Amino acid sequence: MTRLKADARHSVRFSLNGKLVEGEAEPRMLLSDFLRHQLGATGTHVGCEHGVCGACTIIVDGMLTRSCLTLAAQVEGCELRTVEGLAPSADRLGVLQQAFRRNHALQCGFCTAGILMSLDHYLAGNPTPTEAEIRDLLSGHICRCTGYTPIIQAALEAAAELASSKKETSDA
Amino acid sequence: MKPPAFDYLRAESIGDVLDGLAQQGGDARVLAGGQSLMAMLNMRLAKPKLLIDIMRLEELRKIQRKGDTVIIGAGVRQADLLAWPDLVDALPLVALALPWVGHMQTRSRGTICGSLAHADPSAEMPLTLVALGGEVLLRNAKRRRRVAAKDFFAGMMLTARSDDELIEGISLPVIKGSRAAFREVARRHGDFAIVACAAMKTSTGVRLAVGGVADVPTARDWPRLEGSALDDALNAFAYELGARDDVHATARYRRDLVRMIGRDLIGEVLQ
Amino acid sequence: MVQAAVQSANSVDQSDDRPWVGRSIERVEDAALLSGGGRFIDDLGVAPGTLHATILRSPHAHADILSIDVEAAKRLAGVAAVLTGEDVKAVTTTLVVGVKAPVECWPIAMDRVRYVGEPVAVVVATDRARAEDAAELINVEYRPRGAVVDPLSALVSGVPVLHDGFPGNLASERAFRYGDPEKAFAEAPHRFSIDIRYPRNSCTPIETYGVVASHDAGEDAYEVLANFQGPFSIHTVIARALKVPGNRLRLRTPPDSGGSFGVKQGVFPYIVLIAAAARVTGKPVKWIEDRLEHLTASVSATNRATTLSAAVAADGKILALDWDQVEDCGAHLRAPEPATLYRMHGNMTGAYDVRHVKIRNRVVVTNKTPTGLNRGFGGPQVYFALERLVQRIAISLGLDPLDVITRNLIDAGTFPYRTATGALLDSGNYQEAVARAVAQGRLAELKARRDEARAQGRLYGIGFTAVVEPSVSNMGYITTVLTAAERRKAGPKNGAQATATVGLDPVGSVTVHVASVPQGQGHRTVLSQVVADVFGLQPKDIRVNTEIDTAKDAWSIASGNYASRFAAAVAGTAKLAAERVAGRLARIAASQLNVEAADIVFAKGFVASKHNPENRIAFSRVAALSHWSPGSLPDDAGQTIRETVFWTPPELTPPDEDDRINSSLCHGFIFDFCGVEIDRTTLETRIDRYVTMHDCGTILHPGMVNGQIRGGFAQALGAALYEEYAYAEDGSFLTGTLADYLLPTTTEVPEPEIFHMETPSPFTPLGAKGVGEGNCMSTPVCLANAVADALGVADITLPLVPARLAELVRGDEPPPPAGGATTAPVREGDRRLRGEGQASVKGAPEQVWAMLLDPATLQSVIPGCQRVDKITDTHFGADVTLGIGPVSGRYRADVELFDLDPPRAVTLRGGATGALGFGNAEGRITLAPDGNGGTKLAYSYDAAIGGKVASIGGRLLDGATRVIIGQFFTALARKAGGGGAAGGGFSLFALLAKVASLFGGRR
Repeated sequence: MTRLKADARHSVRFSLNGKLVEGEAEPRMLLSDFLRHQLGATGTHVGCEHGVCGACTIIVDGMLTRSCLTLAAQVEGCELRTVEGLAPSADRLGVLQQAFRRNHALQCGFCTAGILMSLDHYLAGNPTPTEAEIRDLLSGHICRCTGYTPIIQAALEAAAELASSKKETSDA
Repeated sequence: MKPPAFDYLRAESIGDVLDGLAQQGGDARVLAGGQSLMAMLNMRLAKPKLLIDIMRLEELRKIQRKGDTVIIGAGVRQADLLAWPDLVDALPLVALALPWVGHMQTRSRGTICGSLAHADPSAEMPLTLVALGGEVLLRNAKRRRRVAAKDFFAGMMLTARSDDELIEGISLPVIKGSRAAFREVARRHGDFAIVACAAMKTSTGVRLAVGGVADVPTARDWPRLEGSALDDALNAFAYELGARDDVHATARYRRDLVRMIGRDLIGEVLQ
Repeated sequence: MVQAAVQSANSVDQSDDRPWVGRSIERVEDAALLSGGGRFIDDLGVAPGTLHATILRSPHAHADILSIDVEAAKRLAGVAAVLTGEDVKAVTTTLVVGVKAPVECWPIAMDRVRYVGEPVAVVVATDRARAEDAAELINVEYRPRGAVVDPLSALVSGVPVLHDGFPGNLASERAFRYGDPEKAFAEAPHRFSIDIRYPRNSCTPIETYGVVASHDAGEDAYEVLANFQGPFSIHTVIARALKVPGNRLRLRTPPDSGGSFGVKQGVFPYIVLIAAAARVTGKPVKWIEDRLEHLTASVSATNRATTLSAAVAADGKILALDWDQVEDCGAHLRAPEPATLYRMHGNMTGAYDVRHVKIRNRVVVTNKTPTGLNRGFGGPQVYFALERLVQRIAISLGLDPLDVITRNLIDAGTFPYRTATGALLDSGNYQEAVARAVAQGRLAELKARRDEARAQGRLYGIGFTAVVEPSVSNMGYITTVLTAAERRKAGPKNGAQATATVGLDPVGSVTVHVASVPQGQGHRTVLSQVVADVFGLQPKDIRVNTEIDTAKDAWSIASGNYASRFAAAVAGTAKLAAERVAGRLARIAASQLNVEAADIVFAKGFVASKHNPENRIAFSRVAALSHWSPGSLPDDAGQTIRETVFWTPPELTPPDEDDRINSSLCHGFIFDFCGVEIDRTTLETRIDRYVTMHDCGTILHPGMVNGQIRGGFAQALGAALYEEYAYAEDGSFLTGTLADYLLPTTTEVPEPEIFHMETPSPFTPLGAKGVGEGNCMSTPVCLANAVADALGVADITLPLVPARLAELVRGDEPPPPAGGATTAPVREGDRRLRGEGQASVKGAPEQVWAMLLDPATLQSVIPGCQRVDKITDTHFGADVTLGIGPVSGRYRADVELFDLDPPRAVTLRGGATGALGFGNAEGRITLAPDGNGGTKLAYSYDAAIGGKVASIGGRLLDGATRVIIGQFFTALARKAGGGGAAGGGFSLFALLAKVASLFGGRR
């Protein structure tokens, strides 16, 4: 049993995009704040802090997670993935990211990180989604700029591209 | 919107949880999925002195089919249950209702029992528990007890759980050959229900359960009714639920939905 | 390989000779935004020691502040300062108000609060959580006043007045007359009128407001970073409020901003507030608004009550319009209001040729959040009235609505066309746009779908809208609120200065800076296209900076991101600046290549002779010359290091003596039609097809233009179907979370079918017009027209909430079964909770009476009661900690008894306050013997709950009230001798205090 006292800062360690990270947090510190202000991983954004807008969505141990509804202390020892881990390298975008850029699926880009994480997670397990499935998945996100349809188009294009490249790999 | 200060207890055994609840009582809250509780903490509506995180307890994360019941542990997430291969066969009503709970991003963290503990009258899981006539399995440091669904929900956000009790899980009956139907009307997909209805064929007729209208989800059993007798029964039920106005719907609109959707669903399960 | 290499934004099409402008190239902004590398205000680091602010806000719509006790808050560890109105007043002065009236407008309440959410205190601490801890310790004593929330009711005599300087809550009234409307109405065969109420809503960006401010006491200078969007006329307002000249307010914007849609203009009062906090603490102070604050108190579009009448010929031709508009600007008239009302002043005849117009404009204040910029800015309010009226004219005259629209459209041969109210419509061919939309959008097919649906008994309707979309505001339009005499006295205001700087560095690479402050529109990409075309370069060669720093950059009052001015004004100005540099480079190159400057062409990275392309020199070489060898430049060339152009269109003149105003430079045209189906059970509106035709002049980037249209459409769909900042009659705010203020998501927004026509504007350098706001103007009313058509109803109010539509179309409800009615508390339209009930208690009336008046008994039966103080025999105070489920809070209750008739009846009146809200109530209890030694207790009550709990927990308020009543009665009955808890129960203490402890939120 670990009991962390309210007014003290406690060490929190976890894996962030494959790298071990460590910081200190009071029990009440939200994971979103911890990522952004303790670790400097500011790609995850905060839009509502009550779990509705979806901007802060990340992946914790393979689960889509609203980081604003999660305490930093809860993810001790977990594996986290955030938007900073999506690109294959610093000067290259992944297939999904490229599809977003190609389709003008973002304008201000503030909500985008959460949407990318939901799609990245979903497409890994559902390689041939329908438009209705993508719409259902993304109904847990709010975007005020795009009117959504370019996002859905980007998601479907990325899914097709990922599926075909996987097929090529397995054919080879 | 930052939470007030609290201690955080990462429970490594059920004993840890029960000890924490025994010591802190009403000032402790169990943190399961956190999809309601954390929002309330961020809004500073809730001010517990202690949060007890139960999500590391493997023994609470089980879904077990035992004969004609299914036991769902307190740590079972909504997504876990949706992914359970036996779900459609064993609990067809749950299979219909679960996709209406929040969004994929909240179902992945939110737990079945957390939703029941929260006892929001518009939520789908309390409605389903009542419709199925399930039981809530409660436990404190000294004893275990089972509470029937209809006795568990005591009012808006109020349940029969004592401050020192943990919801260990729920028990849902597998009803052989039961035909179930579920429909929900909300302003948008994933919102709290304005009206949610669940219907099931029973041995004596039909059961209709309604959420989003009264302070607690409410079920009603009828023999096979048809025509105006059914209309009258639904009308009486709609009024008995004591619908109210809010910014999203009027009481009249809610009663209309109970009457119309109720009739549709009963038709579906009895056909 | 699964992942392809990042392509530079323009590696495709390299061999293509087409200009870059007009192509949908990938955005330069995106790589960073897609990888978590955005630089939004809260992503940027702050100076060590920066403090964090939180704001305590009013739970009341209207109340006097009797006292504020901040001592406990100040004592909390980590708290640096607590500022109240007085502290802010000591270092600032009031914000200027846009009309001539003796009123003040502060960013924080002084001695009175006028809307729910108005700042009351600012707490500055080492971190935000601690600041919020301290804010809960501030004890504010309020004396509530009556509230006004409805714009028409606000004008009724005898209602509460918000500001003495606005007698009768009227902040401004002006009447206008163009042509001879009286004659036109007198002679017209028909007159049609419509009354509309346009609701309050907001485009609510996902990034909230943010401010980081510091103060240099030595120079008395402020430095502020804020995600402000402009217009920078507001810089003068902020500097004045901070009591410094403009050169001592350095205002900067972060590189990225998470959407604005006008809304982030409204951050400016918080700039003053946080700057004041920085001055008081002597430390940098940061404030990031949270979502609850944003929804409750950031800013809102105006709601408006309009009566519009038209004089109409038999064929549907509109001969004259008579507008009566009452604009609700909320509790304070904040700059630039009442601009929302006047932005459309030149366009009050829409897309139609109407020569006679009468307008009465009134601006009122009410106990709601102050209004400000919001996408569409005045357009949705105007077009909702105008286009609903056009449909009504058609129905009344038995004409096709589309025929009425086309009959009234401005003739294509008459551009530039001066409207009756003064706008100079630059260009267009509205008839052609409508014809193309009807054909390309397959209107005939849609009508067939409607007929088929109706034949099957389904509710299906079609709506139409024609809209002129103004862009590039005239900075002088707002002075139309003043009379001609007042304007003469104040001096002319007009124009719309746009600014662009093009610089060449010592290696000849090109940098562009504009004062456009984008919030996601991709300005950097478009500017790289525009400038690349001028220099014969590729967009990737051009680096664009759109941050603004008022201490270093070229800017003017019109700078910023509003009125859809980027494409038309800013991008064009960048072109002018680049051309000016290019002209000089051409002279330099001409001298080096021994050709005439007129023979010089910029292409493919070279400056070359047109006639002999082999005679050329690398662009970078010419471009660098001013740095390395100014002596070798031709005498007449001048430097080519940096050129700043200020551009303002001459067409934007001040209002004339007859109040005609060319309120905007450009006027796009939109024609929309749509088919909707309404579910007979749920009365939900489903958009079957939506067609939107746009003529926004020259299109600079088709992908971004469509992006603007889709985004505006989605927000408009929200305004039409879901979104409303709802207030109760007592001024309580009811939609304080994103579970109550409903934004459309992927499952609600379909893809509109977008068509384009390009009629370039003769008034802008690139021929472009604005396009960002049009669907916010056209779509709400188009959907409303379709729903009216589907339901066959005359009056439609937004948003189209299914339960409201039910009231329009459903007849009498089946009555409850005899004897089956329940006595649940009834919530009236005014949101007061009323109820009555009765119960049996063991124990005689005298015994129950004594209990009700006995503090000890009360303490034992009120759940969570720590203490009851008997102030007099009939006046009690109590401290209670109450909770429902996990929600709990501490409250101080105060109750007085009146009209005592022992042991038969008593009236109780009182209130309770706590961090989560407040309640006040009055109730009457009567006791009568039940004939068996017990008592029949009957009660009625009337209560109101406000504050945070009403904003975020409204959905559950009534139910929780019943819970509390039940709990108290159980305890009372038990105490009185174990009577059953059947029926209901009542306690004012419990009701007042506990009902305020509800919650909201979402799973």
